Amino acid sequence: MFRTTVLTVGKRVSLVLGLPAALFAVWWFATAGSTDFYVPPLSVILQKFGEVWTGARLESDVLPSLLRLGAGYLLAVVTGVGLGLLVGLSRIVRDVLEPVLELFRAVPPPVLVPVIMLFAGIGDTMKIIVIVSGCLWPILLNTVEGVRAVDEVLSDTCRSYGIDGPARLWHLVLRSASPQIVTGMRQSLSIGIILMVISEMFAASNGLGFTIVQFQRSFAIPEMWSGVLLLGLLGFVLSLLFRLAENRALAWYHGLRRAQRTP
Amino acid sequence: MTPSATTSVTTKPAGTDTGPGAARNPRRLGGAAAPLRGLAGLAGLVVVLQVLPHSGLVSGDYLPPASEMARALWHLLAEDAFWTALGDTLTGWGLGLAIAVAAGLVAGIVIGSVPVLRAVTASTIEFLRPIPSVALIPVAVLLYGTDLRSVLLLVVYASFWQVLVQVLAGTQDVDPVAEDTARSYRLGGWGRVRYVMWPTALPYVMTGVRLAATVALVLTITAELVIGAPGLGHEIAIAQTSGAVPQVYALVLVTGLLGVAVNLMARAVERRALHWHPSVRREG
Repeated sequence: MFRTTVLTVGKRVSLVLGLPAALFAVWWFATAGSTDFYVPPLSVILQKFGEVWTGARLESDVLPSLLRLGAGYLLAVVTGVGLGLLVGLSRIVRDVLEPVLELFRAVPPPVLVPVIMLFAGIGDTMKIIVIVSGCLWPILLNTVEGVRAVDEVLSDTCRSYGIDGPARLWHLVLRSASPQIVTGMRQSLSIGIILMVISEMFAASNGLGFTIVQFQRSFAIPEMWSGVLLLGLLGFVLSLLFRLAENRALAWYHGLRRAQRTP
Repeated sequence: MTPSATTSVTTKPAGTDTGPGAARNPRRLGGAAAPLRGLAGLAGLVVVLQVLPHSGLVSGDYLPPASEMARALWHLLAEDAFWTALGDTLTGWGLGLAIAVAAGLVAGIVIGSVPVLRAVTASTIEFLRPIPSVALIPVAVLLYGTDLRSVLLLVVYASFWQVLVQVLAGTQDVDPVAEDTARSYRLGGWGRVRYVMWPTALPYVMTGVRLAATVALVLTITAELVIGAPGLGHEIAIAQTSGAVPQVYALVLVTGLLGVAVNLMARAVERRALHWHPSVRREG
């Protein structure tokens, strides 16, 4: 019994880690003796990774980027859900605003960088506004969609029990729209990371995007690759954290879906 | 990977969700006034844009009135450079999307039909997918400069995952009874892919293509803006550095309209390809 569990666990671990390890090994050995200026050996990149991204840079570049991302993302979530509730609850408001919102959503978020630079200069405010204005639309439109699709039986039940006002918003509307809101938040997170990097590539004096472009322009190639690795790692870790939080917050929903699927 | 994790990362094909669809119909019946209200909303936006700079709340230097944006747009439309830029953008978008869809389809069908491959690649896909494609910008610049190829690198990387993940979800959705039936009728490997897996996966594929089309446009314009490859994004960067503010807004508006057009087109293609599917037939 114990043997078989060990075996299956071993099999699962090798399935999960096998290919990544193989790819890593291929990268390591293929570039081991590389003399190509643009493709340095992986060992050099990893060594630079340790040198570059620990210590002073962590505080001067990585942290400001993450703080801007966090501030912009939170603001976008609060505004998006708030406005989404307002727009979603009234059919007239929804009909009037839908084409305008679709147009705003369709604008590729990075082109907002030059526009917002006109208003807000090139400081932290600009970057936070850029992140908010890109992350807002998916959350807003998904909230509207979620509010619109509130189950009518539940809605009638609430009404006949005399639940209205803030209680109705909190217990019925927000709760039943939350799977959709989370979908919007997930889309926004990847947009937020993109905008964080782009706004810093455009105009900044610190931050991840700024530093990586700086490395590239000064032909510090191994440092640049280490930055690319860090950005990749950041995207992966943030999406992992998001999924953990989602599985916790929407456990009831996923359970419901599973129950519906297996009769 | 748990089943719930799979459902949380894939987007359901349009109309196959049961709950919201039921609530959508009453609106359709009573919504004859909706397009008119929508027009009113757009007109309102134009009025606000026209009045705001005149009211002094926002400086006209940063936000020119709508009439000036319209004039800038009109001048743009008469310029050859604008049409060349639009052509460049559409080329980058179309080529990138085509490569991403083709690669995503082939990889997805191969991985999806071989369970071992799926098990082995799952963790790698989950790791590579969330890597922001902008991380590749410095690499693209170094390798290809401001060439079309750097645009393609970013576009293909970003859109490929959208397609692949949807195709994988689609191939997983195959009805076991249909699969067994096909087997007992002695359909070969190719026959099962063509007549069992493909129709099941198609709604997912179309969702993937629609998402990829939007992502590809965003990445094309981003690459032009940041890297400086020729196209609408580059035109925006030029207009901004030369202080031609109304032109910046006119170009941003063009990219927005392009986005809306891509969206509508993708939806139309989806409807056409899935005209036999219950989700489309029910709505019609």
